[in-house]
Amino acid sequence: MTIKSIMAGATFAASLSTAAFAEDPTKVGFIYVGPVGDGGWTYEHDQGRLAVEEAFGDAVETVYVENVPEGADAERVLQQMALGGADLIFTTSFGYMDPTINVAEKFPDVKFEHATGYKQADNVSVYSARFYEGRAVQGHIAGHMTESNVIGYIGSFPIPEVIRGINSAYIHAKAVNPDVEFKVVWAYTWFDPAKEAEAATVLIEQGADVILQHTDSTAPQAAAQAAGNVVTFGQASDMAEFGPFPRVSSIIDNWGPYYVARTQAVMDGTWESTNTWDGIGAGMVGIGEITDAVPADVKASAEALRDSLASGEYHAFTGPLNKQDGTAWLAEGETADDGTLAGMNFYVEGLTGDIPQ
Amino acid sequence: MDWTAINPILLLASLMVAATPIILASVGELIVERAGVLNLGVEGMMITGAVCGFIVAVNTGSPVLGFIGAAIGGAMLSLLFGFLTQFLLSNQVATGLALTLFGLGLSALMGQSYIGIKAPDFPDWHIPLLGDIPVIGPIVFQHDPMVYVGLLLVVVVWAFLKYSRAGLILRAVGENHEAAHALGYHVVRVRMLAIMFGGACAGLGGAYLSLVRVPQWTEGMTAGAGWIALAIVVFASWKPLRLLLGAYLFGGVTVLQLNLQAAGMAIPVEYLSMSPYLATIAVLVIMRAGRAPGSLGQSFHASR
Repeated sequence: MTIKSIMAGATFAASLSTAAFAEDPTKVGFIYVGPVGDGGWTYEHDQGRLAVEEAFGDAVETVYVENVPEGADAERVLQQMALGGADLIFTTSFGYMDPTINVAEKFPDVKFEHATGYKQADNVSVYSARFYEGRAVQGHIAGHMTESNVIGYIGSFPIPEVIRGINSAYIHAKAVNPDVEFKVVWAYTWFDPAKEAEAATVLIEQGADVILQHTDSTAPQAAAQAAGNVVTFGQASDMAEFGPFPRVSSIIDNWGPYYVARTQAVMDGTWESTNTWDGIGAGMVGIGEITDAVPADVKASAEALRDSLASGEYHAFTGPLNKQDGTAWLAEGETADDGTLAGMNFYVEGLTGDIPQ
Repeated sequence: MDWTAINPILLLASLMVAATPIILASVGELIVERAGVLNLGVEGMMITGAVCGFIVAVNTGSPVLGFIGAAIGGAMLSLLFGFLTQFLLSNQVATGLALTLFGLGLSALMGQSYIGIKAPDFPDWHIPLLGDIPVIGPIVFQHDPMVYVGLLLVVVVWAFLKYSRAGLILRAVGENHEAAHALGYHVVRVRMLAIMFGGACAGLGGAYLSLVRVPQWTEGMTAGAGWIALAIVVFASWKPLRLLLGAYLFGGVTVLQLNLQAAGMAIPVEYLSMSPYLATIAVLVIMRAGRAPGSLGQSFHASR
């Protein structure tokens, strides 16, 4: 064996190892609370995952597990994913908060991103979207559209994110229609089409002619369509197949850009634990097309509201506002701080019923 | 709270609709268990029926054909279970659980291109004369045909088990398969037929969700209804008419608790949410519990 061939062999081996290094993809994991085909919340997270794949091609490898129950099961799945070599894991539901923190402690080198929670750690970021800005626009349209003055609201779990949405929708419905009344039903599920359909039907039977939902399936839309004269809004996803009526607008979650940015940060080694909370302005929350079923002037004022929320000149929680029990919360012109919003556990004045504790 | 917000007529009417998928699935499972087979795959067969029914209904535009397709789909899947447990003598519990997991996966695969599509309309029947009776008319006689199919099935199954010779044979096979075999009855054949009937009924129950109740295809849409159906069979002590009661109770309390919530009931929501399960268990336990079929869950082979 000549020196030359040894050298050649060494170069070959070296080139091989660098090639292998370059091709070792960043592994990004996602855990979903529902199926990717839910047409709502999980569907949009999966769109975000696909955006990551598209942006980086072979440089990333994504894995996901769907239908992961919130709780101990989530911990098991997360652990498995971390052991499987994931570099970055997105946990996309509120109930994964504690499992994420627990598993993150055991895997300090893996980065975690938890959606809609509030517990951060050195390797756990939290991110969420200001859905309540979208709820403000929905409330505005709902207040105009309702004839019975009863608006039904299908809540999932009594957590701050959902309560913020109810408050925001109520404030803006009330602003345009002082007689409006909200009926809230807690479904205690994020995804159970039969139950969601039942909840929608019950609300319609009790006089609601606008249904807002904070659950993930399109079943309430179908129930409203069957009823014939009930207005709905797409939740998490556009749900455009139910337009132009009953679905007159929607809140669209747009996670793609955030997921791409965070994956990039892991690749560059610049990832830091952050707390991101973006709204309409940053594009994380989109307002789906307002259909022609909405009168032109209402559509115009809703779009104006959307734009003022986007530009930041108007905050969805602007005083004067009282809490449900009548105590003062925000003074005239005062806006809510993020801390209060993140942990919101009270209704604003005018809403009836109690928040389950 | 505002009691006037709850319309008792609409409440009772939606009770009948809410109970229908559970009635359909559990009456099939009842026959299976009375034949001595424990098929825990009801959830899997339901969801497979849901997607098969949806696919057929969308492609043909006919919900009736959809329901037939759902029954066939459910029965096909149950044949797999029947083959494994009756001919290969696999463990029924494990095979049933596997069937559920398989059904969930299979249905998700089959339904990939059917997400977000609307099912063809399946209008309610307004039964002439009977439907015009005040109060009772809207509660009982203004539903879609499947509600009545479910009721009819329960009555037919009840009569079949109680009065027919075939029903007697089926019960004999379930109570003591060796004795039935000694008498010359074909145990495996009876059980295979029962399993297929169970699968077809579960398929109908699933299709009721995807074609009438929701009506749409979404992955995992049965969300545990199959397990409720299984539980109701046990709590109804394997008796068809008690099963009807159990399913109505469960459906009724489910609808009632949502109504109470919407009307602003002062009871904490957590208790309301668990009430359907509690009420069903309590009532069916208080009623004298029956005995399970003697050979339930045991494998049979003629050589033993």
